[in-house]
Amino acid sequence: MHETMVAESLLKTISAESTKQNAKPVSAKISCGMLNTVNDEIIRFAFDAIAKGTPCEGMKLEIEHKPIQGKCRNCSETFEFEICRPKCPKCESEQFDLLPDAPLILEEIEFETE
Amino acid sequence: MKKIVDIGKKILIANEEYALKNSQFLAEQKKLCLNMISSPGSGKTTILVRTITELKDKIKIGVIEGDIQTDLDAKRIKATEAPAIQIETGGSCHLSAAQVSNALENLLISTLDLIFIENVGNLVCPSAFELGEWGKIAVLSVAEGDDKPAKYPAIFAKSKVLLINKIDLLEAGTQVDFDIERAKADASKLNKDIAIFPVSARTGKGMAEWYNWLEESVKNIRG
Repeated sequence: MHETMVAESLLKTISAESTKQNAKPVSAKISCGMLNTVNDEIIRFAFDAIAKGTPCEGMKLEIEHKPIQGKCRNCSETFEFEICRPKCPKCESEQFDLLPDAPLILEEIEFETE
Repeated sequence: MKKIVDIGKKILIANEEYALKNSQFLAEQKKLCLNMISSPGSGKTTILVRTITELKDKIKIGVIEGDIQTDLDAKRIKATEAPAIQIETGGSCHLSAAQVSNALENLLISTLDLIFIENVGNLVCPSAFELGEWGKIAVLSVAEGDDKPAKYPAIFAKSKVLLINKIDLLEAGTQVDFDIERAKADASKLNKDIAIFPVSARTGKGMAEWYNWLEESVKNIRG
């Protein structure tokens, strides 16, 4: 349910940029790590709901989920962590640390210009 | 014509700024602050009440309580004579760093060693919002099932401690099937450094190890 807060923050930033660019935003790219627990459908629903009647109405949101990386304590390999297979793919060790998760980022906005 | 503008801005930056402010304030004051996260009904408040009462002569504890509605939890804490501030989120599924910042101003921090933030009962959303705490404490009660670390990895990956609560239910030989070893193994796969304490806040079993961990951590923060 915290997607509403994410959507509000997005709307605020995109609206400000839209005023600056004097152009209508048509789509935006967002990226986030696996542990940000953002659900695509819910964030789109929340964004659509609060964007009604603003220049952001009808915008498309593209959401990229970045996998979390693990670093092996045994062989130092860095790898994409998979929850179903919590092992280093190189040496099979279960001794690894999870690296910091990627934050939620508004990467870019696409505007329609005259 | 279309035009793409690079932004590269953190979406939750407003929350992060407050979290940073809180953590700087707590570090200056040399106070330990722990953010407790769990599903509703796992026993967070019962754990706090017992901890406050049994550590009364050693550690001065204050609590920031987050709930969607009511000040029932703050009342339970205040009955122990520890200071408590209730935040009613009015529907929001997590506490924000701004709410905690406000609450910290209203707690008499100088009289305390340790501040617990009892987050809104929810195993998902609160894990995504830093509050400026030194560490997160995950609570999982045995009635919820031993598969929760695997199903809800975020909070277990980010916590310093996992309290497995209500172990008295297992000993009572009731209908609870909870494999403590499985829960421990799954949590440890996500987080090699997580300290795991099986406890019963009702009977007091296992609480001594948790208290040792708290005393050590308070000492380390005090420096």
